[in-house]
Amino acid sequence: MSWFSKTFSSSIGRKLLVAVTGLFLCSFLVVHLVGNLQLFKGDGGASFNIYSHFMATNPLIRTMEIVLVLGFGFHIYEALVLTRRNKSVRPVAYAYNRPQDNSNWSSRNMGLLGTVILVFLIIHLYNFFWRARFGEPNMIPIEGTDYDDLYSVVVQSFHLWWYVLIYVLGQIALGYHLYHGFSSAFHTLGLNHKKYTPAIQKFGAFFSIVVPAGFASMPLYFFIKDVVLS
Amino acid sequence: MAGNNPNSKPMNLTLRVWRQKNSQAAGTLETYQVKDISPEMSFLEMMDVLNEDLLRSGVDPIAFDHDCREGICGMCSLYINGRAHGPERGTTTCQLHMRKFSDGDTITIEPWRAGPFPILKDLCVDRSALDRIQQAGGYISVNTGGVPDANEIPIPKPIADKAFDAATCIQCGACVAACKNGSAMLFTSAKVSQLAMLPQGQVERKTRVENMVAQMDKEGFGACTNIGSCAAECPVGISLENIAMLNREYIGASFTSENV
Repeated sequence: MSWFSKTFSSSIGRKLLVAVTGLFLCSFLVVHLVGNLQLFKGDGGASFNIYSHFMATNPLIRTMEIVLVLGFGFHIYEALVLTRRNKSVRPVAYAYNRPQDNSNWSSRNMGLLGTVILVFLIIHLYNFFWRARFGEPNMIPIEGTDYDDLYSVVVQSFHLWWYVLIYVLGQIALGYHLYHGFSSAFHTLGLNHKKYTPAIQKFGAFFSIVVPAGFASMPLYFFIKDVVLS
Repeated sequence: MAGNNPNSKPMNLTLRVWRQKNSQAAGTLETYQVKDISPEMSFLEMMDVLNEDLLRSGVDPIAFDHDCREGICGMCSLYINGRAHGPERGTTTCQLHMRKFSDGDTITIEPWRAGPFPILKDLCVDRSALDRIQQAGGYISVNTGGVPDANEIPIPKPIADKAFDAATCIQCGACVAACKNGSAMLFTSAKVSQLAMLPQGQVERKTRVENMVAQMDKEGFGACTNIGSCAAECPVGISLENIAMLNREYIGASFTSENV
């Protein structure tokens, strides 16, 4: 085996891949969140539709889309390989175990949280991404050009209570996943020092609340504004 | 003295203990009663009392590991009420006292559970997998010849302190036992970082971490997911920072060592 494949098939090498792809996916979350904030603009969806058209057609974004799929793929695959290996280490479970006394829940349930996020992601992709790319939404003219009216697809979805619920639950799972994952990734990369580790941990906690809360605010906003208050 | 302490009332306890004849046999949890246990006994002394009772009634006594009974040798183990070395933090089982329990309690006692720690008998497990990780690289090159002067090699005090903290690992295996993933990374990281921090450890630095991690994986231990239960249960308080250092050392060595 070459030194390279030996490194990345070792326990630490695989952890490293999960960490690097995890941080990359965090950067995607930021871009996705900032872009989607245009839903709140109150211009009937004009800027959101122009933005989604740009995201669907710009060659750089399309290339990054492939990198993103690879990022998700590696993150999930490596985590699965590690989880299977880790589960096999203890063939006989403890009859009585109290892990809650020595560690927090999210850190022990990253696989469960990740699976919830994956289920959410599949629903989410089917509903928006798939429709935007391969479906035929209504066209809407903005400043003389016709755009796919993705804004209406989004807003109408967020008028369904069960859809809003799926979104909020997905974001809660994401929050807990990030709460452990963000600072843990730096630890796995070996970046641990008394000078900056406390800051990473604080920022990780902040990130794990603000990003999911930002995403969850979108379905909640449209549901409360258009359904609850009307 | 014992009689004057209001907390020193003798206790009666129910024990659920893992019994297993040998590494091949199937084991079960057996229930035993112990009476008149002094709260000032250590947990292992309570086990001694139980074993004497068992011997008197013609039952095979329970095998469990112990040696110094001073908390320094790393020989005692036991997963007590769902925790490695019992409910108290920073304590080995021999230093756990019965005053931490109450009269009438049921206590579940299991061996360390991990594939690389096969059960030999009852509560004794074979921890030589940790020895093999140590042998794979946990050593340094030393010149033979004259005795060197003391403090000949300057080592900054904070580094010496950190290396010493890592060196306090007693190789008891509680980290593996407590870890959801059965990972031995806290152990391996303590050994690796102790030597990586010191000038004496530089000669083998890169090869050491590569070989010790390879051995750790070969023994079948799990991969760390930074849960932190290992450090929380470690009787000598080995810090999780050592695992970050192990990751750093391993990644660095993988890309820069001479071992292709």
